[in-house]
Amino acid sequence: MGAQGNILFSGVGGQGILLASEIMAYALLAAGYDVKKSEVHGMAQRGGSVTAQLRYGDKVYSPLIEPGRADIQMAFEMMEAVRYLPYLHKDSTVIVNTQKILPPSVATGKATYPEDVLDHITALGIKVVMVDAFDLAREVGEVRTANVVMVGAISAFLPMASSVYEEIIAARVPKKFKDVNLKAFAAGRKVSQA
Amino acid sequence: MAAIGDDLVWMSGNEAIALAAYEAGVKVASGYPGTPSTEILENLSTYEGVYTEWAPNEKVGLEVGLGASFAGVRALVTMKHVGLNVAADPLFTASYTGVRGGLVIIVADDPEMHSSQNEQDSRNYAFAAKLPMLEPSDPSEVGALLKEAFALSEQLDTPVLFRTTTRVAHVKSVVKKGEKIDSPVIPGIEKMPAKFVMLPGNARVRRVAVGERMAKLKELAETADFNRVEPGSGKRGFITSGVSYLYVKEVFPDAKVLKLGMCWPLPEKMIRAFASEVDELIVVEELDPFLELHIKAMGIACHGKDLIPDQGELNPAIVRKSLDPASIAQLFAPVPLPMRPPNMCAGCPHRGIFYNLSRLKVFVSGDIGCYTLGFLPPLSAMDSCVCMGASVGIAHGMAKALGAEAKGKIVSVIGDSTFMHTGLSGLINTVYNGSNSLLIILDNRITAMTGQQDNPASGSNIKGEAANAIDLEALCRAVGVKQVDVVNPHDINGCRKVLEKALERDEASVVIARAPCVLLPEMKKAKHIPFSTRLADCTGCMACIRLGCPAISWNPLTPEEALAKGYKEKQKGFALINEVQCNGCGQCQALCKFDAIVRQEA
Repeated sequence: MGAQGNILFSGVGGQGILLASEIMAYALLAAGYDVKKSEVHGMAQRGGSVTAQLRYGDKVYSPLIEPGRADIQMAFEMMEAVRYLPYLHKDSTVIVNTQKILPPSVATGKATYPEDVLDHITALGIKVVMVDAFDLAREVGEVRTANVVMVGAISAFLPMASSVYEEIIAARVPKKFKDVNLKAFAAGRKVSQA
Repeated sequence: MAAIGDDLVWMSGNEAIALAAYEAGVKVASGYPGTPSTEILENLSTYEGVYTEWAPNEKVGLEVGLGASFAGVRALVTMKHVGLNVAADPLFTASYTGVRGGLVIIVADDPEMHSSQNEQDSRNYAFAAKLPMLEPSDPSEVGALLKEAFALSEQLDTPVLFRTTTRVAHVKSVVKKGEKIDSPVIPGIEKMPAKFVMLPGNARVRRVAVGERMAKLKELAETADFNRVEPGSGKRGFITSGVSYLYVKEVFPDAKVLKLGMCWPLPEKMIRAFASEVDELIVVEELDPFLELHIKAMGIACHGKDLIPDQGELNPAIVRKSLDPASIAQLFAPVPLPMRPPNMCAGCPHRGIFYNLSRLKVFVSGDIGCYTLGFLPPLSAMDSCVCMGASVGIAHGMAKALGAEAKGKIVSVIGDSTFMHTGLSGLINTVYNGSNSLLIILDNRITAMTGQQDNPASGSNIKGEAANAIDLEALCRAVGVKQVDVVNPHDINGCRKVLEKALERDEASVVIARAPCVLLPEMKKAKHIPFSTRLADCTGCMACIRLGCPAISWNPLTPEEALAKGYKEKQKGFALINEVQCNGCGQCQALCKFDAIVRQEA
């Protein structure tokens, strides 16, 4: 024990960020940590930029992560990986789903999606792990498991064994989607271990 | 940290309130959905032995709770901060009647306005209505504090306010389950007119009782467990409550802290003793200088809003920057990026109406719900939005102010649930006092923005069981609206004709735009036949793009690319429908003059 950490989840409303952050929370609780998580519901969920913040350690007070102190960022969309840059520090790890979701201004031709947007992070020397979660999810047979692919990818950076996550996933997804979610987890974990 | 299991659960503040209400023996619970309070009643409705309901608005919800209390059972009422404004009328007099069964009113504030139109500080209501207010810092504190609230309510004959904020309501932490307890009060009809009938003669007597009660509460605050001094080192001492306490502990883990679990009334002797032990007293609180003002009124010097912002929510970084700026590390600079505001869903019925409104030269008096997003580009079809139900009265006021000039130019839009909440009385006024503003009821069959809650017009109750459904057409006719049209908002061209005709009328009229929310479970399950773009026929006119549907994207082309794709050189791009996202509403097809959008055959 003694370890502590802050995980920032970012993405677009509807991407399954809340489920991913729940699995992570239960895994950290199973490892014996005190855990707090903060979410925002309501208006932000309608396709807007969303975050969840998860903190763990021996004793966690604040449910919010301070800027400059997110150790891992799990970004479900490329631009949303960059939007929260002030939360990162030079030793942060950013795990990013290489999916582009166009915000309204881009989809309607009023703005353009920034090219090579992840360069803003890599240029600072911050470690970036790219995960094609959407394609991996399709390969395992269910595109809606992209969030669990991401859980697999982040799992390699935390001390808990695969079995801890697998048990939680099995308990938290509908029975008929259990196997495909476990495959999605394994596929994501493989990316980070490669 | 013990493992999650039978006694320890991982829960949000709202789930913890539901659990604690069940454990505290609550028998009746009512309220109206509102972020960040909604999940309390949703969760409580899953427990055995508790009657739960969605009321049409918070005033009714509080009255139901008060009635249950008069009948001798424990009652819970839930709402967001602005809901307490609606419930303020019964609140101030319930303070006088007091209770029989314990009555706790949960009010969830939304500092930073994550999902609200203002960030009022509900603690001011405790002072104004002369009621105690308790305030947990995180979900783990909820259980004991809520049970204490019910005990105080019955012991001191008072409704109790219980305040959360977004970062308590929507924070998850480990919560310990508690014992199930029952109220000592015996349910039944008990006539207590001196207490329940607030005519002036009785109310004057009760006013004295209220004063005595608050004096007792002040005394109790000095020794209650929920107010505590945490010893520490250093010359500074902090007074704080709610989630701000956690930010203080995060930034100054070794400091002396006076944590208030009850933010009104205040333990004056305790505060005075604490102040005398520190060189510098700092009050850390979100929003208004509530504690600070009352501590200063005791003649105690302290810092507060001279150092800490009185707008937006706090966090550890703000507390650190305000009180210990030297410890702030250099941060990576933010990168300018296109904003990603929330948007109506693909296939949202509201989009069709707002597209039409954006094409009509009208002032759109808006209201509170998902459809407030009609304000955003490219639709940009909302011109005012104030509070629940305000659309109708504001439209009438504008119409009266402008007289003949307003004819055909003022439209109000309101959702089905918001119309049930407080829109109806506005419509009655419009009819009674005669203005020709047009009201569009956006009937998507659900309270959508807060996450799909049923309402009096939806046909189901909080548990999803069949319930009496208010007939909106009959209701509008009953209050005197002669012309009530029902349209399918996905039929853009058909709607346009009905709206234009309605705007020509010389009296109040109502158009009900009826199509279910695409997030309704039955709509999610339904097999939609998506549309797709026949790219060869797309001329890049952007007519469909102007809907702002998230399933349609604009793909710009250079002249060379245009030629290579077989388009005219000057074609600037093409529209593409994402068939995975498309819900098959067909609004875009109605706008395409080149037959480039076609429904996929099953």
